[in-house]
Amino acid sequence: MEVNEQTAIDHGLKSDEYKKICQLLKRTPNITELGIFSAMWNEHCSYKSSRLHLKKLPTKGKKVIQGPGENAGVIDIEDGDAIVFKIESHNHPSFIEPYQGAATGVGGIMRDVFTMGARPIANLNSIHFGSPQHKKTKNLLRGVVHGIGGYGNCMGVPTIAGQTSFDSSYNGNILVNAMTLGLVKKNKIFYSKAAGLNKPVIYVGSKTGRDGIHGASMASASFDEKIEEKKPTVQVGDPFTEKLLLEACLELMAGDSIIAIQDMGAAGLTSSSIEMASKGNLGIEINLNKVPCRETKMTPYEIMLSESQERMLIVLENGKEEVAKKIFDKWNLDFAVIGKTTNSKNIELFFNQEPVAKIPVNILVENSPMYDRKWKKSKLPKKNKIKNEVLNKLKIKDVLKKVLSNQNICSKEWIWQQYDHTVMGDTIQKPGGDSGVVRVHGTNKAVAASVDSSAVYCWAHPLTGGKQVVAESWRNLISVGAKPIAITNCLNFGSPEKEENMGEFVECVQGIGEASKYLNFPVVSGNVSFYNQTKEVGIKPTPSIGGVGLIKDYTKMISMDLKEIDNLVLIIGKTEGHIDQSLFARTILDEKNGPPPEVNLFNEKNNGETILNLIDKGYVKSAHDISLGGLLVAISKMCIKGNKGIKISKSKNLINEIEYFFAEDQGRYLIEVNKDDLKEVTKILNKNSVHHEELGIITQNDMIINEKTKVTIDELKSYYTNWLSKFMS
Amino acid sequence: MKSSVITFPGSNCDRDMDVALKKFGFTNKMVWHDDNELPNSDLVVLPGGFSYGDYLRCGSMASKSKIMRSVINFAKSGGLVMGICNGFQILVETGLVPGVLLRNKYLEFICKNVFVKLDNKENAYFKNLNKDILEFHIAHNEGNYFCTKDQLKEIKDNNQIAIYYCNKEGKIEDQYNPNGSIKNIAGIFNKEKNVLGMMPHPERMIDQSLSGEDGSIFFKNLINNIK
Repeated sequence: MEVNEQTAIDHGLKSDEYKKICQLLKRTPNITELGIFSAMWNEHCSYKSSRLHLKKLPTKGKKVIQGPGENAGVIDIEDGDAIVFKIESHNHPSFIEPYQGAATGVGGIMRDVFTMGARPIANLNSIHFGSPQHKKTKNLLRGVVHGIGGYGNCMGVPTIAGQTSFDSSYNGNILVNAMTLGLVKKNKIFYSKAAGLNKPVIYVGSKTGRDGIHGASMASASFDEKIEEKKPTVQVGDPFTEKLLLEACLELMAGDSIIAIQDMGAAGLTSSSIEMASKGNLGIEINLNKVPCRETKMTPYEIMLSESQERMLIVLENGKEEVAKKIFDKWNLDFAVIGKTTNSKNIELFFNQEPVAKIPVNILVENSPMYDRKWKKSKLPKKNKIKNEVLNKLKIKDVLKKVLSNQNICSKEWIWQQYDHTVMGDTIQKPGGDSGVVRVHGTNKAVAASVDSSAVYCWAHPLTGGKQVVAESWRNLISVGAKPIAITNCLNFGSPEKEENMGEFVECVQGIGEASKYLNFPVVSGNVSFYNQTKEVGIKPTPSIGGVGLIKDYTKMISMDLKEIDNLVLIIGKTEGHIDQSLFARTILDEKNGPPPEVNLFNEKNNGETILNLIDKGYVKSAHDISLGGLLVAISKMCIKGNKGIKISKSKNLINEIEYFFAEDQGRYLIEVNKDDLKEVTKILNKNSVHHEELGIITQNDMIINEKTKVTIDELKSYYTNWLSKFMS
Repeated sequence: MKSSVITFPGSNCDRDMDVALKKFGFTNKMVWHDDNELPNSDLVVLPGGFSYGDYLRCGSMASKSKIMRSVINFAKSGGLVMGICNGFQILVETGLVPGVLLRNKYLEFICKNVFVKLDNKENAYFKNLNKDILEFHIAHNEGNYFCTKDQLKEIKDNNQIAIYYCNKEGKIEDQYNPNGSIKNIAGIFNKEKNVLGMMPHPERMIDQSLSGEDGSIFFKNLINNIK
């Protein structure tokens, strides 16, 4: 097949990029080579629009063992243990084929983690769908949930937390972000950097088929009406093979055979071989006839671009081929020596004894395009003036009912009950809490993880929104008694070629950077997903933040369920009454404008650290951060989970009652303390200048607000628990 | 007391079972599906998971694996064999216990705590238990137990029903049935009561930080009965 500018454009490359390829190669590439360039230079693999901005994120810290640039980030959790974790998007394929798209998203992220030698110990996910009224929403949700469950359950890795939202901006582009945490010994971490000459390059796992060809390119473009035709670009997952691959890899990793290992994810054999060679500053030579194929007559082009799942590329020590083969035979997996490392610094491919491609590795990697895209700065919207008459007409109970049963607040049990969240026998906080928590097997330690996003805030003001998501992740970890360590981010945006969308990206990243720097909560891994866009309509900017923290003594873990009658509930942090962009404003007042709540990083840090101190001293019986929906939603959830009531007396400040209960001011928590400890707790809070006030006293049943509004626990439960299962039935 | 846990390709509750058995005093060995011989054991456990990916039919391929010949012989000679979840599905496929396990009624995987009522304490598994209702945990997609009318009569007549899904008070009603299984059946014995297959996972209920502690009660009692 002849290659020209049009072929390049058909491969998703721009004319300039094609010219650059010809210049760098000093010739026209052949079709296989063009395929390789298109796979390496697309947005998904090259980060060409985002690299410049991602560089600004704080990625270092005392606890960081490995930051971005490897298969996943690694943090130190003491005693020689480390946690490997990352979040990744699988948005485009999940819209086209929800079950397989979501399933392979989960499979891919688990592979990223065990490639580094870590056994996956927890999965999380952040999934976003269009309006519940949209005709596709129900099927997409069902398919995605089945896909996530189908893969994770079979692997035997618990899904311990997640987030689900509905917003019409996702009508044409749903988001599926999957996150995995793995546990590894600090001295047994594996990397993808190849080293040494003439080392055997081996292929293990599933056979290569024609599925997923151009998957990464498809994920680097907007959708149009022909999107259904792209089904063949979606990969098909086989969790059973991945389970075998996991066990076989960990068995091989226990020895000393492996020099480098890289999973074949986006852009398959192409990106895995090139990344290993590039990091090792080496060349790599592959005989494509040796690649195990499951279909006949596959061409070099297809073999290189297939995104068949459950495959790994390994550079072995010389002479270890037999040891390795024995292990993969035991697990019934394909094993083939397909090439070797060379000092040519080229990637060289052979097929039927003929050379079929030869490209200098540095051209593909270091010379890949990088764009400083134009972007538009956003302004902080003006505050709405909401009249007291409007608010005074509302009845608290009616509002609470509507807010608690809103699709973005209500219980997501229908979803997480379909995920095995207890396998491995170490899940000590299940989904539905502020963070999921798993014990580090056989120790007193536990790891907490949470995944968050606030697209509405990011849409209203990206800089504030970016900060807020990091702060919320931090609060969710604090609320279970975990010391926050680091984050991973999945940055879901529209087209970077549009100035508004690029502006949203740049400013969200800036906000994330500011918050993570201030909170000493560095970014250790992540991924960018652009082009979440159908024709001209993009999604609301949706950075998902996955936070990880450590609980040194798991018996000190905190949950949100109210524990004891007559205990007091305190509000930590100040309630200013910020209603703009709150769920209340959008659903009750139908007001979509205005600025998001301000994020005060000093208060976030100070309030969070003080609460950790109170938890450590044993004063906190339950805790919950106040986020979407505001104060009354937060305490309702604590009542529902603890099956207890509360008598609330609003403190006599000037804010309107409705604003007080439904505002979404940041930096706030609710904590339960024993009356006898109040004096000491107050002393610590005052000493640290933490704003606090009493919300109320825990009772046997009923929520009583200011002596005039009564809501029974059963009513609260019915508001909170029913929406999703009804919607799906 | 010696126990063996069989690992099939795709088993994923084998480690959890190993941890539980050891915690309550068993000396446990992990046995590979491709081995011929069972080690000397007082109890053999087929753990949960997705053996062979649950392709073809859950438990079907595992039931034909090499080690299962020894397990079947061991069971036929009176040895204690317990199948949990996928292990139960494997037992059904071997014919050691009657019936089949269909897909859950609502076609969804279910992971949650359930209550089960013991029906028969005249066996090595539940003898001497001072509770009739246990809180266990389920996590499965195919736990909808089904058998023919004749089989049902036969297993009732022979007291082969081990546990029923129920509520906290022990009421066995449709609304407490998580997966649509016939008569709320959660676990059954073979005729001789030395083979037990059940969907719930007692190994996930073995300390207070987890879903509960009724698994501890079960295992403590089990090892005492075997001693």
